[in-house]
Amino acid sequence: MDPVLIGLTVFVILGSLAALEMKSLLSAVIAIGVVGLGLSIVFLLLGAPDIAITQVVVEVIVVTVLIRAAARVPEETPTLRASRARTFAGAGVALIAVGLLAAAFQTLPAFGSQRFAPALWYLENAPDLTGATNVVTAILLDFRAYDTLGEATVILTAVVGALAVLRRPERPKEGSHV
Amino acid sequence: MSDPQGMSIVVRVVTRWLFGLILIFGLAVALFGHVTPGGGFAGGTIVACAFVLAILAFGGSRGPGAAFARWASSLDATGALSFLVLAILGYTAGSFLHQWAARGELFTLGSTPSIVLLNLAILLKVGAGLFAGFIAVAVFEGAAGSEKGADA
Repeated sequence: MDPVLIGLTVFVILGSLAALEMKSLLSAVIAIGVVGLGLSIVFLLLGAPDIAITQVVVEVIVVTVLIRAAARVPEETPTLRASRARTFAGAGVALIAVGLLAAAFQTLPAFGSQRFAPALWYLENAPDLTGATNVVTAILLDFRAYDTLGEATVILTAVVGALAVLRRPERPKEGSHV
Repeated sequence: MSDPQGMSIVVRVVTRWLFGLILIFGLAVALFGHVTPGGGFAGGTIVACAFVLAILAFGGSRGPGAAFARWASSLDATGALSFLVLAILGYTAGSFLHQWAARGELFTLGSTPSIVLLNLAILLKVGAGLFAGFIAVAVFEGAAGSEKGADA
């Protein structure tokens, strides 16, 4: 495995641990940003530029919104500390899960060594069948366009729900939608 | 909403220069999503970033962000509806979501017009949707910050 990839993964894990342990909410948000940006570089190194681009821009906008929100919260926020027994139980469960996953991953083929028949078919035929030379887009908007329609519906529903719950209590003036 | 004064003059001037460039970049990422990495979702998020930057720099009541905020939820719905209309247009070529427009040469903008239009619909949907979400959060914390009037 690529040592850069291992280093980045460790960096991401450290970032998520830091986000959990930070006292200040703002520092925790910045640590979450570290996780997202590190993850986008991991995607890039694994040969998935589409996901890397999406990850980096979504991370930027999410961290911006979270920093906006965290700036309003007072610096000293009460944090809940878990009891000692709970900490040990959680660590035990995490260790067991890591062990099971490590055992399961031993049976997988090495990364990139085995290409399944459908993937090869898409890679060979997608440009000619759809006209889109970016095979990811060809799959998203042609072969699996139903999924994209569903995803668009999910975002619409989420936004409508957020606007309904978080709407301004009093209407500022006539004809304003926000 | 956010601070009506916005940020310092340095941030405002730089935002004035960058705003159009970010917008064009987002549009390009979405428009050429079928040739290069990217697509409607990434492009829409970049466009939303541009308007969030405008809101943070100029404040909630001025600049392009404020104008877009008034239309965000309508544009969000327009994007979703146009995706549906484009999908239904597929019936003219045979079935739902079928490619209905004539295809051109590979590696060009016109190589697959129906996918380009779907990408633009997603750009509108995601761009306006994320921005509307940002506005909702900004308005919410504004209401929580000033306790008076929150019960009205």
